[in-house]
Amino acid sequence: MRKSLMRGALRGLPILAGLLMLSGCDAVLFDPKGPIGESEKSLILTATYLMLVVVIPVIFMTLWFAWRYRDTKQSKATYTPNWAHSTKIEIVVWGIPCLIILALGILTWKSTHELDPRAEIVDGGEPIEVQVVSMDWKWLFIYPEQGIATVNELAMPVDRQVRFHITSDTVMNSFFVPQLGSQIYAMAGMENRLHLIGSEVGTYDGISASYSGAGFADMHFKAHVMSEGDFDAWIEKARGSSKVLDDAGLAALKEPSEDVAPTFYGQVKPNLYEQIMAPYMDGMELGMSDDQMRHMKKGGMHHDSAEDGMSDHDASGHAESAMATEE
Amino acid sequence: MLGKLTLEAIPYHEPIIMIVLAAVILGGAALVGFITVKKKWAYLWNEWFTSVDHKKIGMMYIIVALVMLIRGFSDAIMMRSQQMLASSGGQGYLPPDHYDQIFTAHGVIMIFFVAMPLVIGLINVVVPLQIGARDVAFPFLNSLSFWLFVVGALLVNISLGLGEFAKTGWLAYPPLSGANYSPGVGVDYWIWSLQISGVGTLLTGVNFIATILKMRAPGMSLMKMPVFTWTALCANVLIVAAFPILTATIAMLTLDRYLDFHFFTNDLGGNMMMYVNLIWAWGHPEVYILVLPVFGVFSEVIATFSKKKLFGYTSLVWATLVITVLSFIVWLHHYFTMGAGADVNAFFGIATMIISIPTGVKIFNWLFTMYRGRVEMTSPVLWTLGFIVTFTIGGMTGVLLAVPGANYVLHNSLFLIAHFHNVIIGGVVFGAMAGITYWFPKATGFMLCEKWGKRSFWFWITGFYLAFMPLYILGFMGMTRRLQHVDNPLWVPYLVVAFIGAVLILIGIACTVIQIAVSIKNRKQLQDTTGDIWGGRTLEWSTTSPAPFYNFAHEPQVSELDEFWEMKERGIEQEAKKPYAPIHMPRNAAAGVIISAFSLVFGFALIWHIWWMAVVGLVGMIATFIVRSFNYDIDYYVSVEEVERVEREGRERRALPSARTPNDTVVQG
Amino acid sequence: MANNAMTSHDGAHDAHDDHEHHDTNGLKVFGFWLYLLSDCILFAMLFAVYVVLSQAYAGGPTGAEIFELNFVLVETALLLASSFTYGLAMLGMNRGDSSAVIKWLMITFACGAGFIAMEIYEFYHLIVNGQGPDKSAFLSAFFTLVGTHGLHVTVGLIWMALLIFQVKKKGLTEVHRGRLMMLSLFWHFLDVIWICVFTVVYLTGVML
Repeated sequence: MRKSLMRGALRGLPILAGLLMLSGCDAVLFDPKGPIGESEKSLILTATYLMLVVVIPVIFMTLWFAWRYRDTKQSKATYTPNWAHSTKIEIVVWGIPCLIILALGILTWKSTHELDPRAEIVDGGEPIEVQVVSMDWKWLFIYPEQGIATVNELAMPVDRQVRFHITSDTVMNSFFVPQLGSQIYAMAGMENRLHLIGSEVGTYDGISASYSGAGFADMHFKAHVMSEGDFDAWIEKARGSSKVLDDAGLAALKEPSEDVAPTFYGQVKPNLYEQIMAPYMDGMELGMSDDQMRHMKKGGMHHDSAEDGMSDHDASGHAESAMATEE
Repeated sequence: MLGKLTLEAIPYHEPIIMIVLAAVILGGAALVGFITVKKKWAYLWNEWFTSVDHKKIGMMYIIVALVMLIRGFSDAIMMRSQQMLASSGGQGYLPPDHYDQIFTAHGVIMIFFVAMPLVIGLINVVVPLQIGARDVAFPFLNSLSFWLFVVGALLVNISLGLGEFAKTGWLAYPPLSGANYSPGVGVDYWIWSLQISGVGTLLTGVNFIATILKMRAPGMSLMKMPVFTWTALCANVLIVAAFPILTATIAMLTLDRYLDFHFFTNDLGGNMMMYVNLIWAWGHPEVYILVLPVFGVFSEVIATFSKKKLFGYTSLVWATLVITVLSFIVWLHHYFTMGAGADVNAFFGIATMIISIPTGVKIFNWLFTMYRGRVEMTSPVLWTLGFIVTFTIGGMTGVLLAVPGANYVLHNSLFLIAHFHNVIIGGVVFGAMAGITYWFPKATGFMLCEKWGKRSFWFWITGFYLAFMPLYILGFMGMTRRLQHVDNPLWVPYLVVAFIGAVLILIGIACTVIQIAVSIKNRKQLQDTTGDIWGGRTLEWSTTSPAPFYNFAHEPQVSELDEFWEMKERGIEQEAKKPYAPIHMPRNAAAGVIISAFSLVFGFALIWHIWWMAVVGLVGMIATFIVRSFNYDIDYYVSVEEVERVEREGRERRALPSARTPNDTVVQG
Repeated sequence: MANNAMTSHDGAHDAHDDHEHHDTNGLKVFGFWLYLLSDCILFAMLFAVYVVLSQAYAGGPTGAEIFELNFVLVETALLLASSFTYGLAMLGMNRGDSSAVIKWLMITFACGAGFIAMEIYEFYHLIVNGQGPDKSAFLSAFFTLVGTHGLHVTVGLIWMALLIFQVKKKGLTEVHRGRLMMLSLFWHFLDVIWICVFTVVYLTGVML
């Protein structure tokens, strides 16, 4: 019985290690194609190594102690039934985790600020603006500067940062291109921002990473990172589309649909993105200019709620935006 | 007349559900028939259903939990097989409409109707015995808590055959769970099953805080309380502090759905982020409500079977208290990707990491309890060792998820799924199994068959690693959670391995069922006549097994931590010579069952918008309370003769052979 | 209060009492405090939600437009008075004067019922004017916070009516004393909550 304990307990570890090695080549998170993803990969690895400093000894000690002090008639191991305190050991077992967490804490503080999705990427070039809207069950990408829009297809020039403005026309989703880095929630009536760079030409999977209902499983898109020239050509190709994203086009898009093929819109009604957000913003938007809208979204941080997390949102909620206009 | 309820509500078109339903109905009918033929209804009603005895209530919690475990696990194996079959372009055998209900039901059932009752059941059985009390502070409320929990479980199961369950994920985030996006009755089933069982849980919390703080045996100061009692106290404090948040949050969602309020809607000023904050302000403490008591279980098990004092009792208690407090300031780590600022995210990330310090300390305490001990490899110890290894890995991935930068890519992925199963299976399930095996003789008078217990352990732990290590990898491979189908051939092998792991866990569960059956069959050979089968350290082992309904003939006097161990060391004569005194005990009560039955009517009626029936349910509940308040004869005194008789029988039992005595080192199978 | 319960023990079982039975009322009152604590958290959540949504008018009315401070002041006075009269009932209980208890409880009940009637009137008035809870998040939060308090008061009234009946029938027994103490805690607790409601909802609302 005892032998099988050791055998079995040790069995788990090689499996774990083996599987981890196997996965190396296919794991997209370990094969990032942009600086954000790159930092996140190294962050994961650094944090893991730091923790292994304590995790490996613990697992080893568990098995070793259990084996060494197992109860047998002829056991020669020391037995001290009343020994239950040691200041030295206490200092070590509180001290070492504290030190590791201190190191991790510093790493966390720094990396969280560096990887803030809202922050522009230093040396990322002048950002391209893309407005992202999650719908039932597809992604709408609007390129306001280029005046085009697509559904379920994203293109971005290589080595140049893209500023995504992300909202939802339905329930909550999460905008995520795993190989480029950070995901962020898309929520109705609120705008989240995310800065990403694709540093290698290629096509990457994009998904919604937050369950949103029946058509969720097919709510994915392709993200193409391409050279400047190809990107311009891609824009031209989109402009060539005869489809127009106006009120009627939007109404058609709002109908729930699943597994939607990539679609291009050669023309987009101006301020369509703001128009999509408006109904979810208290009805205060009526007769308001775009500038006011933008101001509204940026302003109005109120720390009066019991939940810091909530009030500190850039994706300023309806309540806050209403307040901003009141003032 | 019947609101939204029509014959259409029965899912005829779903063959899987209809087969399950048929099996449940046939099985149920067979059970009812069996009880009727054996004329056991009166026995069940008098001795169990209306019982206010904490040990029986605890056992009933655990029985229901095990039944619900089977239900929840069926969902799990359907999910694993669906994802395996639908991973290279196919649609599998479960359409989204059904699959989405399954993963929601799986989460809800496993947390609320398996993990919670396992933990609360153990607390019920053990805590009053450990503190030398004769019952809980409010025995009737305890019965009511249990039956309200049963109603919640019933509602979830009724949804299987009548209507649908929620298709929102287990926490039902709005606006998806709002009336616009989920117009069916699924979310309403979710609401009322959680709301009704949640009230029961809240009452349990009040009950056990009062029990532990006010009913300890004389001499048992707080720092002489057994560790399991400490962790139970902290868990119940968390219940009282956190469950009102759940109640309020679900109530607001209910108002949104039923009366067109706008707390969490997309339009008219609603704010869904508030829901996410509130639900996790409950949800994170909930994790510790589950895991703290099992930390207590492991502490008891490891000290007893190492035949050694628990290492660092004081630091273990403080670690528990620190976790209790910190558990309320980390909730935001469940949604770093919602877009809070870097300062906020970093704060919550670091707060989360700090929790890992006291948790790590606990693990070292268990290690150094084994150190220079005599560790006996019983199945509770195997579960404990399995826990330490598994939980350490789960803790590591948890801290990784608490780094916001890493979370941005790992959130909502299968890595997250692997992480929380790693801590919940490795922690709560293993702990519950260890606790059930450890205290089973105390509750029933005979021990569980070790052979099948060990088989169960090996299948569980192997199955666990096979089922969840691939999910960690799939997380790194970019697979997100809750996908009804996927199209990526690279993921297929991992999903196949995960499925095989799930099958092994299924065998592990089967071993437990066989273990219980075999043990009941062989209860004569497995009986514990000593009352102290493992060589225990705390007061519950000082009374007979099974413990008499009044627990202790004489109220224990406590002077030490590990009082019973010290008693044995001092060689104090256990057969007290003192004369017996009458013992004050509560009477059984039917009101808990009746009130809960009305709450079932109430909940069911609201789900289907049958307003008249809801009124009947509500009035019935209030009326039963009022009628009960006129019953002044709720307790009685057990006569000296009765106490003498029970104690004499206990002494006579000691003369019989025991499957094991405290000094045994080898456990018989 | 807990001490009162113990000193006036009826003594029937004193000969063979165990330590745990002495204190039945003390234990119940302690448990009731724990319940009140949890209720406090429930209200804290509703207050937090109200504060978050207090400006989410969504084109609907603001607090200043719908709150009538004088009306609410009368409500407040009624509830405060009822707390005072409940205190007088408790003094009666301590004297062992059951008729005084019944008298003051009835007066308390009348004040509480008046409060509830006024609240129902206020809600009804708002709803028929098209200012119901379905109009905006602010109104949802307002109706829920104030309504939850009202629901608690209603439960308290039902309980009080029951206790009046029971005390009338069986006098100030040990069990009834325990219940009177718990209801007393509940009633004063609701008073404190109402003071918060009055300040956070009505006073602040009118000023904004």
